[in-house]
Amino acid sequence: MKCDFADSHLQGYFDGELGAPSAAEFERHLQHCVHCAVELVDLDMLSGQLQLAQLYEAAPAALRIKIRADLRPVVPTAAVRQPLLWRWLAAAAALLLLAIAGWRVSPMLRTDDYQAEVAAEIVDAHVRSLQPGHMTGIASSDEHAVKAWFNGKVKFAFPIRGFASEGFPLQGGRVDMVEGRPVVALVYSQREHPVNVFMWPTREQDTSPRAGSRQGYQWIDWRKGKMEFCAVSEASNSDLQQLQRLFTE
Amino acid sequence: MNDLDPEDWLRFEQLVLPHVDNAFNLARWLLRSREDAEDVSQEALLRACRFFRGFHGGDARAWLLQIVRNTCYSWLEKNRPRELMVEFHEELHPQAVATPESIAIADEGRERLGRALETLPPRHREVLVLRELEGCSYKEIAAITSIPIGTVMSSLSRARRELHSALANSSHKEAVREV
Repeated sequence: MKCDFADSHLQGYFDGELGAPSAAEFERHLQHCVHCAVELVDLDMLSGQLQLAQLYEAAPAALRIKIRADLRPVVPTAAVRQPLLWRWLAAAAALLLLAIAGWRVSPMLRTDDYQAEVAAEIVDAHVRSLQPGHMTGIASSDEHAVKAWFNGKVKFAFPIRGFASEGFPLQGGRVDMVEGRPVVALVYSQREHPVNVFMWPTREQDTSPRAGSRQGYQWIDWRKGKMEFCAVSEASNSDLQQLQRLFTE
Repeated sequence: MNDLDPEDWLRFEQLVLPHVDNAFNLARWLLRSREDAEDVSQEALLRACRFFRGFHGGDARAWLLQIVRNTCYSWLEKNRPRELMVEFHEELHPQAVATPESIAIADEGRERLGRALETLPPRHREVLVLRELEGCSYKEIAAITSIPIGTVMSSLSRARRELHSALANSSHKEAVREV
């Protein structure tokens, strides 16, 4: 038999949306209403299932690029307020030609754009992490402890391994933001240099590693098994390549 | 098309663009298709950019999601008007085409839950997505969907009940198939 409280209080209580007096009232009611108690457990199970299923779908990288490409070029960047129309047309035509040429010469151009954009964000995130107190959310070399800490903080599975005997001991991890989404950052150290390995889920195909440097930091990016990885540090690029190989082994 | 000055653009970039994932996710579940969601969320972002001057602070995510939602509904009205009239029934076939890739990613539970969610009518599906996937408060849901805050709770309640029975139904069917 359904009770009146079920409609008026149950959902709000479960979602933490009741004021303190109503919540207290409902809790008193819960002590002797089996129906509501069972419903509450059901709600919790359903919610748990939804969380576990990881239904959240992040925007594909191609969409971000499309949106930026759509919006950005029409924003005047020069200080000139009202340029002559023909100048804009000429500039637009030139840009179009360049774009077509670029497209024909290098079909990978868009991928490279994406890579550059991600690399820039990753290096920024790395630099942020170097500020005192920003490196780790959990500082531990214990893989299990680090894994447990991430539990519930990110909605995707990811590999955690320490490589102490190979010269990359695990130092800990934190949740960081890249492209506006939460990503996992695992922290390693290598001869006193902190190394950040960022990882997040992707729908793209596996790629072999690409490396580069920016603001004096080295980065290496690769995709494997629907995960994208990007390692960054001030160590040499061959060191990062070694870490990349350890990760993919 | 867009006459934001550099300062406004910077604000747009900082306030609105970080929510592209949220925009896409809502569109994905309202339209039940990744491809359509890409087009519609792109259109919504363009619209947001055009009307950004009218946004005077506040919750940028809720503001953007409101635009995404409205864009989704007008897209549905134009392209799949029947869906908006459909009350909950299990015969509504999932729109998403299962590609080898999506099958590889989707483990069984995810697939089953996603399908169950897609059988809900859009107006119930959206409150569940906003609450369970976006973690929105009742107040935010009310703002995004333009339904009174008092109705949010009953919509959620109905949506959860529907999802529950859709799930029970699908596991029943699976059991029958296995026999």
